[in-house]
Amino acid sequence: MTQADADLTERDDAAGRTVALSGSLSLAHLGTLPQRLDEVSGPVAAIDLSAIDHIDTIGAWVVHRFVEAHGARVTGANADARRLISVVGGHDEPTEEARPPLPPVLRVLDQVGTAVHLTLTTLVGLIGFLGATVVTIGHLIRHPHRMRWNAVVQRLEVVGVSALGIIGLMSFLIGIVIAQQGSVQLQQFGMEVLTVNLVGRLTFRELGVLMTAIMVAGRSGSAFAAQIGTMMLNEEVDAMRTIGVRPMEALVMPRIIASVVMMPLLGFYASIVAIIGGGFLCAVSLDIPPVTFIQRLREVVPITDLYVGLVKAPVFGLIIAVAGCFQGLQVRGNAEEVGLRTTAAVVQAIFLVIVLDAFFAVFFTWVGWI
Amino acid sequence: MNGISGERTSVISIRGLVNRFGDQIIHEGLDLDVYSGEILGVVGGSGTGKSVLMRSIIGLQEPDAGTITVFGAPMLHKAEDDPEQLAIRRRWGVLFQGGALFSTLTVSENVQVPLREYYPDLSPELRAEIAGYKILMTGLPANAGPKYPAELSGGMRKRAGLARALALDPDLLFLDEPTAGLDPIGAAAFDEQTRALQQTLGLTIFLITHDLDTLHAICDRVAVLADHRVIAVGTIPELLALDHPWIQEYFNGPRGRIAAAGDAAQKVAS
Repeated sequence: MTQADADLTERDDAAGRTVALSGSLSLAHLGTLPQRLDEVSGPVAAIDLSAIDHIDTIGAWVVHRFVEAHGARVTGANADARRLISVVGGHDEPTEEARPPLPPVLRVLDQVGTAVHLTLTTLVGLIGFLGATVVTIGHLIRHPHRMRWNAVVQRLEVVGVSALGIIGLMSFLIGIVIAQQGSVQLQQFGMEVLTVNLVGRLTFRELGVLMTAIMVAGRSGSAFAAQIGTMMLNEEVDAMRTIGVRPMEALVMPRIIASVVMMPLLGFYASIVAIIGGGFLCAVSLDIPPVTFIQRLREVVPITDLYVGLVKAPVFGLIIAVAGCFQGLQVRGNAEEVGLRTTAAVVQAIFLVIVLDAFFAVFFTWVGWI
Repeated sequence: MNGISGERTSVISIRGLVNRFGDQIIHEGLDLDVYSGEILGVVGGSGTGKSVLMRSIIGLQEPDAGTITVFGAPMLHKAEDDPEQLAIRRRWGVLFQGGALFSTLTVSENVQVPLREYYPDLSPELRAEIAGYKILMTGLPANAGPKYPAELSGGMRKRAGLARALALDPDLLFLDEPTAGLDPIGAAAFDEQTRALQQTLGLTIFLITHDLDTLHAICDRVAVLADHRVIAVGTIPELLALDHPWIQEYFNGPRGRIAAAGDAAQKVAS
């Protein structure tokens, strides 16, 4: 399969200028021929194909566009070349390649408008979805047999039990980091014993639940969006509806219940493991023995700190599951949408969790749980 | 094997192919030749490994044993960036069952992907023009270029997939159930288009199908997959002469007879 690259020579004779092509007029051997043909100027009477040894449709197209541009005749073409040129010539009508772009000013307006519209519709949609969830809960309370317990248990395992390892590891390390960073600062005042207060109060009130929420959003919220989104693409959700299965009951509720139930448990577990991490560092580098650490913990951490964490956790769980399922159900069209919606689910969940956390902080101070 | 005209050059040659998924045997000692310039239809019941066979040939599935040569070059156990492999990959086009268009690219961009990948020096204008005439050649309307796959009907998606498969002017075309899911008129039009393209471009086509009308209308030979191998290859009359229960059931079942009658009527009319 050695074929010569396409080449061209120009010659002038009585009939006018002739462009002669030689070599293989196929995609692999065209090389710079199209550009060189574009550079041929002036009237050209004929294009001579007698010296070519192979031609494909792309070569034929290149000849065809040259003929169209210069009004030249094709001479010396063999049957193959004539056939291909007439085939591609028969399919020469202006095609649209891309939609015409908007002028810059309009484009900016268009993008701003689209973004605002998207934000508002997402917000309205999310609130609507929360409403639909409440309605579904009401419906399930009236018709408890419609509850899909198998699905719930399966989700409980995926959201909760499978997450124990990674959340435990993360919390243990966070406990160590808090204790280590805190002790460095507190040593300057000779108060490293207060590290226990820092670790105890911070993990129960804030970090235990917050870090768990972020982890669950990243692990499960994204999975909810991707699973439901892929089911939307495959028309599985539509199929469910036609069979009479409500997606809200079959897909959304098990995930919401699993998330709401598991978040307090995981949050509590994370707090305990973080305390163990902090206690470990205290024992190793601050010479506070575990017994003292626990005793001190019981003195300085009020039980309300635990309540603060446990009240927030199910709300965070709800937010994460609602954002994930809502975004999943918004998927339309193509695979990229699944990715975009999954990202949106995680970003929205974490954002809303942190906003709510701020509100909770103010609220608990107000009710006196400080 | 049925041993028709051994003097023709074979484009694809498969010997002793073995494919297993765990305990499940898909192919066991499968032999098949596809000759230059023919349309070979591959039929077989569900689960007989038609798609696996195609995936083995185009290198998406590593068989457990056997040899596959395409254009005279052995295909198995080669690095993906082997230059000889790339040169051969360039000479075939594949139409997957659902079209497998890249959903984030427009039809025109989809057709340009192979051109861009293999011939980055091609000017963007020429590339767009090539995509344009390929799109028209497969029977899509002129305004299909800027549309996204999600905006197309099933039939149009297949045509767009075909346009992408034809982007590099391949010598060999793999079609996986090209007419599945099309209405009879659309399927007949697609068959005609395939035949016309095959004749004008001198293609060799490896065609997996369940569509009896397609088999009668455009296939030069038909290979029947059963019992983990190709049990027979030949023209439909040759296959009908064989006494294999599956083949008899397939071609002489109610649907087979209707398709055969339609084929005969067409031949009388023309």
